[in-house]
Amino acid sequence: MTTSPGVNDFALKLANVNGTGSASANGLLMQSIFRMGVPVSGKNLFPSNIQGLPTWYEIRVNGEGHTARSLEYHLMVAMNAQTYAQDVAAVARGGYVLYDSTWPLDDELIREDVHYLGVPLAAMCRDNFTKNRERILMKNVAYAGALVALLDIDLDIVSNLLAETFAKNEALRESNQRALRLGHDYATSHFTCPLPFRVETRDANRDAILVDGNTAVALGCLYAGATVVGWYPITPATAVMDNFIGFCKRYRRVEVAPGEWENNYCVIQAEDEIAAIGMVLGASWAGARAFTSTSGPGISLMNELLGLAYYTEIPAVVVDVQRVGPSTGMPTRTQQGDLLLCAYASHGDTRHIVVIPADPHEAFEFAVAAFDLAERFQTPVFVLSDLDIGMNDWIVPSLTWDDSFVPDRGRVVNDEDLATMREFFRYAGEDEDHVTARTLPGSDEKGAYFIRGSGHDQFGRYTEDSAAYLQVVDRLRAKHAASADHVPAPIIETRPGARVGLVTMGSCDRAVREAIEMLAERGIECDYMRVRAFPFPSSVSDFVTSHDTCFVIEQNRDAQLKSLMAIELSLAPDSMISVLDYGGFPLSASTVVDAVTSHLEVH
Amino acid sequence: MPSIAKPRIPLAPLVHNELGLTIRDYEGAMSTLCAGCGHDSVTAAISLAFFELSIRPRDIAKLSGIGCSSKTPTYFINGAHGFNSAHGRMAAIATGAVAAHRGLHYIGVSGDGDSLSIGLGHLSHAIRRNIDMTYIIENNGVYGLTKGQVSPSADVGSRPKKGDPNVVPPIDPMELGLAIGATFLARGFSGDKDQLVPLIKAAVAHRGFALLDVISPCVSFNDHEGSTKSYRFFREHEVHEIEADYVPQRAEIRSKISADSARAVTMHDGSVMYFRALPEGYDPTNRLTVESYLAERKAAGEVPTGLLYVKENAPDLHDMSGTIAQPLVEVSHRDLCPGSEALAQLQRAFR
Repeated sequence: MTTSPGVNDFALKLANVNGTGSASANGLLMQSIFRMGVPVSGKNLFPSNIQGLPTWYEIRVNGEGHTARSLEYHLMVAMNAQTYAQDVAAVARGGYVLYDSTWPLDDELIREDVHYLGVPLAAMCRDNFTKNRERILMKNVAYAGALVALLDIDLDIVSNLLAETFAKNEALRESNQRALRLGHDYATSHFTCPLPFRVETRDANRDAILVDGNTAVALGCLYAGATVVGWYPITPATAVMDNFIGFCKRYRRVEVAPGEWENNYCVIQAEDEIAAIGMVLGASWAGARAFTSTSGPGISLMNELLGLAYYTEIPAVVVDVQRVGPSTGMPTRTQQGDLLLCAYASHGDTRHIVVIPADPHEAFEFAVAAFDLAERFQTPVFVLSDLDIGMNDWIVPSLTWDDSFVPDRGRVVNDEDLATMREFFRYAGEDEDHVTARTLPGSDEKGAYFIRGSGHDQFGRYTEDSAAYLQVVDRLRAKHAASADHVPAPIIETRPGARVGLVTMGSCDRAVREAIEMLAERGIECDYMRVRAFPFPSSVSDFVTSHDTCFVIEQNRDAQLKSLMAIELSLAPDSMISVLDYGGFPLSASTVVDAVTSHLEVH
Repeated sequence: MPSIAKPRIPLAPLVHNELGLTIRDYEGAMSTLCAGCGHDSVTAAISLAFFELSIRPRDIAKLSGIGCSSKTPTYFINGAHGFNSAHGRMAAIATGAVAAHRGLHYIGVSGDGDSLSIGLGHLSHAIRRNIDMTYIIENNGVYGLTKGQVSPSADVGSRPKKGDPNVVPPIDPMELGLAIGATFLARGFSGDKDQLVPLIKAAVAHRGFALLDVISPCVSFNDHEGSTKSYRFFREHEVHEIEADYVPQRAEIRSKISADSARAVTMHDGSVMYFRALPEGYDPTNRLTVESYLAERKAAGEVPTGLLYVKENAPDLHDMSGTIAQPLVEVSHRDLCPGSEALAQLQRAFR
């Protein structure tokens, strides 16, 4: 499928060497296009490495707002000799390759059907800069300058961004500006600028922000009122905590005496993920809002204590920024492979609440919701993000906050309540959602109880009696089911006459929406459902049963969403067709369209 | 003793503490451990220590891991919240609780398997962070609940009831603590309540992580000939040299050790820990001499008990984290949430 690029409709890919400073130049381009009011996305496809391995960055510009990953590159910035061959091969027919012409390209890299734009970047930077490090770094800004001319990006906007970025460092500001002009001037004097595809100012981003999911989820935790954190560093979740700590330093400091500041938060870098979730349970048991953030390997380690939290009914919020598994897998690649792990984490019969945001905006909102759900249902809640959401910048509507928000702390019995009670029993007296009241350490002696992961009855006492055990675990099952009415409902969008349903979750959202439009152009009308939480509300099963054919599109090998729906909703597994994309990169619409059309042609 | 049912009406009038409470207010459910278990004596000592300290049960939080020892928090202080957690994880869970609600008296009870094997990492890091809690290891050198496997504190050559003698060198929690910066290290013996109760009281008064290694023989699996954690072996090899007593702040000095022959260490709250060092010049505040003393006694095949090391006024978790004095659980959401205006403002950086 080839479409011709045009104004505000093209994609470029930048091939770089990791650790050479390309990320900031690439981000600069992306952010400048955002400021021009044009929908754009940037996907960082980076290696698990600090320096030396190949890394790519993809920018897709689309005036219609389709910002899922495109697999068609109209312009390749080939800055990595190691990957020249594959990068040149990846350019769409009729597209362009921008390369460093300080050295000639090998003959075998020459394709007849693409255009070559040679810019002597290394030579330019060697002649204009004296420090070795600068000569390497400024090559990136110089190619950005060339792209600004070639793509008609507003030079003033780029220049202003550089000025803001380096506001506190005049030397860097000056050299960046100089490198930008060098590239820009070279392109305008050597090539026909702009290219046939280019950026044109629009006003699509007026109420939007450019933010990554790890920042947004950290903000959600801040706003939800989280005070205690246990965590262990892991890609791609580390930035959740970097951001949370940063926000806390800004918004959670209390001036206790003139010039003397103290923190109303406590972040502990734990010895491992087991300890991290242990700290969350200890703090939640004590009555604080506590959370941890991790990725799949961390969830594996946390399984034991997640079961303890489930069985003893302790709230906990766990952010899982998914990466490619199994095992260490590919830490810097994205996947949706932890759904089943999170839904059923731990041994024995366990089931958890999982909320699944599609983008940073929802990551913020669901992080807040996760704390309410965790405390209302006294159970662990997972915020199932992924690397694409967490580490890439997304254009999303601005985040808003309702100042009348009151957190749902769930059923907590305090001293005044206890005074009116004859006795208190931890697991007795369920409400309509099968939740029982808890007390917090430090409360009146009447409310004291003993938490245990061993068999316990509704009074909280140790038991090995079947009936007493069943009473508790059956209530837990009912409690989990009751939460289906309180978790985020699926997003369902219908089109007239559609008999086909496309079901997906999380970061697949934008690619699947785009696919629906592409399929409609081919005469295939599809309805859309994006599942946003487990347990599933009944509307999820209604959607599947009301369509002749349902495709379940997800980013894992074993069709985890489809399996979970089949198990939990008693849907026949063959009533749903899987579209699986799990190689580690964000989903693109063409993958979905190809899978759907080829299935429908055969059947 | 919590292992013996008590008459509803006391035979003799019960003594009241400063709060007007009796020892009954510091007891718990009936023990289900084996008759004669050393742990029951430790349980009784904990009850007595908190009773004598006149701490309200509601201001105490009890935690444990998994194992015989970890069952015991249900046998003391019914009015305190308790958390019988997962094997080896208690120190991590206690860390979170202490972070969230400072000011409660946290007491953790664990065993040698729970603390020195599966939970060694968490224990070590709780020591490093100087979590403000009392952490008791009821040390019997054996896995009791799984019927007699050797534990990481079992001495080389000690013989389990079944199987071959242990050949792997043990971990001594006191040596471990010294190596990684513990601020309070004491060793007691479950059979010596007179020594144990003051040690627990001092541990509770200590601000920071107080590690108390209590040799507590397992009558079912490790009290036989060939064991080095039996009542008999320990009575023969214990060097009860460092006598200690703890005197709360403001209280009249009722120490068993007369003040003139003892050295006093003032705890952070103004209370005083007295100890008498029988070895000439023993100074529990000097890490280097403590280390060499322990090494010497070990070489001689002796196990010194008493207050071994103390460092008052070391920064605890909250000092290191710079947290406010008020427990975090008491801060209202209004004071934690920056609000809509701040959200709008900070998003300017996202454009």
